[in-house]
Amino acid sequence: MTDPSLAELSNTLFSVSVALYSVALVAFCAELAFGRRRERAQERVGAAAGTGGGGVALADRPAGTVETASSNRWGAIALGVTVIGALAHAGVLLTRGLAADRLPWGNMYEFATAVVLVAVVAFVGFAVRSPNLRHIGVFVLAPVILGLVAIGLGLYTEAAPVVAALRSYWLAIHVTAAILGFGIFMVSGIASVLYLVRSRPGADSGTGFVSRLPSAAALDQLAHRTAVFGFPIWTFAVIAGAIWAEAAWGRFWGWDPKETWSFVAWVVYAAYLHARTTAGWRGRPAAWVNVVGLVVMIFNLTFVNLVSTGLHSYAGVE
Amino acid sequence: MSVEAPARPVTPPPPPSGLSAGRRVAGLLLRWWRRLTAMRTAIILLFLLALAAVPGSLLPQRSLSQNNVRQYFTDHPDLAPVLDDLYLFDVFSSPWFAAIYLLLFLSLIGCVLPRAAEHLRSLRTPPPPAPRNLLRLPDSGRLESPLAPAAALDVVEEELRVRRFRVVRREGGTSSAGSSGRAPEVSAEKGYLKESGNLLFHLSLLALLLGLAGGKMWGYEGSILVTEGQGFCNAFQQYDTYSSGPLVDSGDLSSMCVDLDQFRAEYEENLTASSFTADIRYGDPQGEERKTTIGVNEPLRIDGDRVYVTGHGFSPTFSVTLPDGTAFTDVSTPFLPADQRTLASEGALKLPDLGADEDDQLALEGFFAPTGLMQGGVLTSVDPRPLAPQVAIIAYRGYLGLDSGLPQSVYSLDRSQIERGRLTEVGAANLSVGESLDLPDGTRVTFTGYKEFAALQYSHDPGQLWVLAAAIALLGGLLGLLLLRRERVFARAEPAPGRSGTVLTLASLTRGGGESGSRFTALSDELQGALTTAAPGTAPSDPEVPPRD
Ligand code: HEM
Repeated sequence: MTDPSLAELSNTLFSVSVALYSVALVAFCAELAFGRRRERAQERVGAAAGTGGGGVALADRPAGTVETASSNRWGAIALGVTVIGALAHAGVLLTRGLAADRLPWGNMYEFATAVVLVAVVAFVGFAVRSPNLRHIGVFVLAPVILGLVAIGLGLYTEAAPVVAALRSYWLAIHVTAAILGFGIFMVSGIASVLYLVRSRPGADSGTGFVSRLPSAAALDQLAHRTAVFGFPIWTFAVIAGAIWAEAAWGRFWGWDPKETWSFVAWVVYAAYLHARTTAGWRGRPAAWVNVVGLVVMIFNLTFVNLVSTGLHSYAGVE
Repeated sequence: MSVEAPARPVTPPPPPSGLSAGRRVAGLLLRWWRRLTAMRTAIILLFLLALAAVPGSLLPQRSLSQNNVRQYFTDHPDLAPVLDDLYLFDVFSSPWFAAIYLLLFLSLIGCVLPRAAEHLRSLRTPPPPAPRNLLRLPDSGRLESPLAPAAALDVVEEELRVRRFRVVRREGGTSSAGSSGRAPEVSAEKGYLKESGNLLFHLSLLALLLGLAGGKMWGYEGSILVTEGQGFCNAFQQYDTYSSGPLVDSGDLSSMCVDLDQFRAEYEENLTASSFTADIRYGDPQGEERKTTIGVNEPLRIDGDRVYVTGHGFSPTFSVTLPDGTAFTDVSTPFLPADQRTLASEGALKLPDLGADEDDQLALEGFFAPTGLMQGGVLTSVDPRPLAPQVAIIAYRGYLGLDSGLPQSVYSLDRSQIERGRLTEVGAANLSVGESLDLPDGTRVTFTGYKEFAALQYSHDPGQLWVLAAAIALLGGLLGLLLLRRERVFARAEPAPGRSGTVLTLASLTRGGGESGSRFTALSDELQGALTTAAPGTAPSDPEVPPRD
C-alpha cells in the first residue's frame, strides 16, 4: 500500500523546504537591512500601487539611492528562493500523497504542512502583485519556519492509510476548504499584527525595522482583503464539515469541541469584518479582533486536536 | 445588516410627564426593542453565543459523554456540583444558552425585517439627486470637454449605462431652490445585489437558527447494539440509549424495523480499518421488507429518518447443557470493545431462566479476544480480525438481581450481588472455539464461536434539510455581500468659464470592496477618453483629473 521510498523523499523535501525558507529569510533580512527608509511621498505611491496593480513603486525610486537598489536585489532573491522553497514544500505533500495513495491531508502533520504552504503561496501572490508588501517577508517566513519545525518535530506521522471514516470525497472538499481558509487567515493575522506594530504612535519616525514595513494603511488593507477572501471559504469548510458529519457521525452538528471552536472562529472573523466598517472600531481595535481570530484558529488546530477528546481525534499524532 | 445602517434614534424623546402608566410602559418597551434590534446588539449577542459555547468544549458534556462527566465528578468532588448548578455540563441545553439564542433571534428579526422592507422600496426608487457640492465626496474630480454641456452629459450617461449603472438625468433648470441656472446632472447607481446578498445572508441565519431549534424540539435519536441475525424496531423502550426533543411523542415514532443479516469489517495490512458494512433488512412491520447495505459515511435514509452504523464488535456464542440434558444452544450477547485497535472486548452473558429456582441463575463474565494470545498466563488480543477467537470466562451461580427493581447494565454483572454473596464463582477457564468448561454441578459450558454485532443508531431530525438549505443560502448571500460593491456616481455639467466647452464635475460614493480611489481614477480616465473621442476635430486635451483621496 504505502511506498517507502516516496515517503522517504517526502521527508527529505520537508527538510529541503525548511532550509530554503531559511535562506530566503536571511535574504529578506538583508533587504530590510540595506533598504533605506522610504520617503513619505514614495510610501504613498507604494500604497497606491499596492491597491492598483503593478510595480510602479520601486521603479519610481529616485536614481542614486544605491542602498535601495541593493535592497531591491536582495528582495528579489529572497522572493525567488521562497518560490523554490514553496515548490519543495508542495513536493512534500505530493510525494506523501503518492506514497500513501490518497489525498495528503489525512492527519494533523499533513494538514498543518498544507496550511503553512497555503500561507506561503498567498504571501508570494501578494508580494508579486505589489512589491511593496514584499517587505513583510521576514515576518511571514519567520513564523513559517518556526511552524514547520514544530510540525516536523511534534506532529510527524508516518505515511499510512487513513481510517474508514475518512474514506470519503468529503475529505477532499471539507479539509481542502479548511486548509485554504486557515492558510489565508494566517496571512491576514500576520498582516494585522504588523499593522498593530506599524500604527503605534511614533513608529514612523524610528529608523528600525518597523519604519521599513509597508505603510499602516497597506497592511490594514492586506489584512482586510485576505480576511474577506478567507471568510467565505471558512464558512464553506464548516458547512461541508456539517454535511460530512451528518453522514459520518449521525448528526450534522453536535457541539463536538472542533465544531464548537470552528463556530467560535467563524463568529470572531465575522466580528472582524463588521468591526472594520464600524465607526469607532476601525483601525487598531478591528486589528485586535483579527489577531484573536488567528489565536482561536491555532488553538483549534493544536489544543483541540491534541488535548481534548472529540470525534476529530483521528488526527493521528503518535 | 451592514453597519452603515441609518442610525436610529436610540432614545425616543421622553414621554411628557402626566402620561398614563400604560403609555409609559409602552414607551419603555419600544425603547428596549430598539436597543435589542440595533446592529451592535446582534453582534454582541453573536459574540456572547460564541463565548457561551467555550465552556461546552472545555468541560465534559453529558450530551457527548456521560462517562467523562462522571469521571469529572469523582476527580473534582467539590467543584463539580457547583459547575453542575450552573449547567456547565449541559451547556448547549442550558437556560442561559437558550436565552442568548432567543435574544439573538429576536434581535435579528427586528434588525432584518425593516431593512428588507427598506431595500424593496429602494429597488423601486431612482438614484437620489447629486449633492450640491460634489467635490466634498470622498472621490471626486473635474473633467473638461469641448462639447456642449448637454452633449458631454450624454456621453457620460451612455458610458455609465454601458457599465450597468442605473442612471437618472436631471435637467436642473429652475426646479429645486428656485434659483435659475442649476446645471444638468446625472445620478447613477449600481450594486443593488450587494444589499440583497446582505439581506439573504441575515435571513438565512434566521432560518438556520429556526431549523436548528425545530430539529431539537421534534428530533430524536436511539442507539442499540444488534447481533447478526437479530433486529430492533423503532421504539424508545427497545433502545439501549436514546434522547428526544421535548415535543416528541413516543407514540409518533415512525414504524420501522431493522434486522442485521451480516456485518463485515475490512482492514489494511497495518490493521487500519478500511471499511465497515452491514447488510440489513428494513421496513414497516406491516409492509414489505427491503434489503440494503449501510456503512461508514453511507447511512440508510428513509423519509427523513436515518440509520447509521456507528461501531461494531463481537458477540461470543456459548452452548450450555444442564446436568439433566436440557441444552441452550448458541446463546450470545455483545461484548463491548475495550480496545478499538485489537477489539479486545468485555461482557457478561446472563442466563436467568435455567432452572425454576431464583438462586439457580447462571452468568458468564469475561473477556473475548478475536485473535487470542496467551502472554504470561493472561489472554490478550493482538488483532481486530477474528483469526483465532478465544475467551477467558468466569462462571457465576446464584441470583443476578435482574428483577430487584434496580436498573443494571446489560453488559456487565451487578457487582453488589457478588459482594453480598448472592452470586458465587463456580468455575473459570480460557477457551478456544469448541472447548468446554465443566461446572461442579455437571453443567457444561461450551464456547461455540462468535457473531459480529453492529452498533446502530436511528435518527430523526425534521430540521435537517431546512438547515442545509439555509446554510447554502447563507453562503450565497455572503458571497454577494462580500464580493459585490454598491456604487453611486454623480456628474454635473457646467459651461466652461470664458470659452466654449464644458467642465464636468464627477464624484462617486462606494460601499464595500475598498480601493475606491483607484477605481474612481480609472473611471474618470475612461470617461475622459470617451469625451475626447466624442469631440471630433479637437486635439485630445490633457486629462486634468485630480483624484482627491
Ligand atoms: C460540523 C462538522 C465539522 C466541523 C465544524 C469541522 C471542522 C474542522 C476544522 C475547523 C478543521 C481544520 C483542522 C483543524 O483545526 O484540526 C477540520 C479538519 C478536518 N476534519 Fe473536520 N469538521 C467537521 C466534520 C468533519 C467530519 C464529519 C469529518 C470526517 C469524518 C472531518 C474530518 C476532518 C479531517 C480529517 C480534518 C483534517 C485535519 C485533522 O486531521 O486534524 N470533519 N475540520
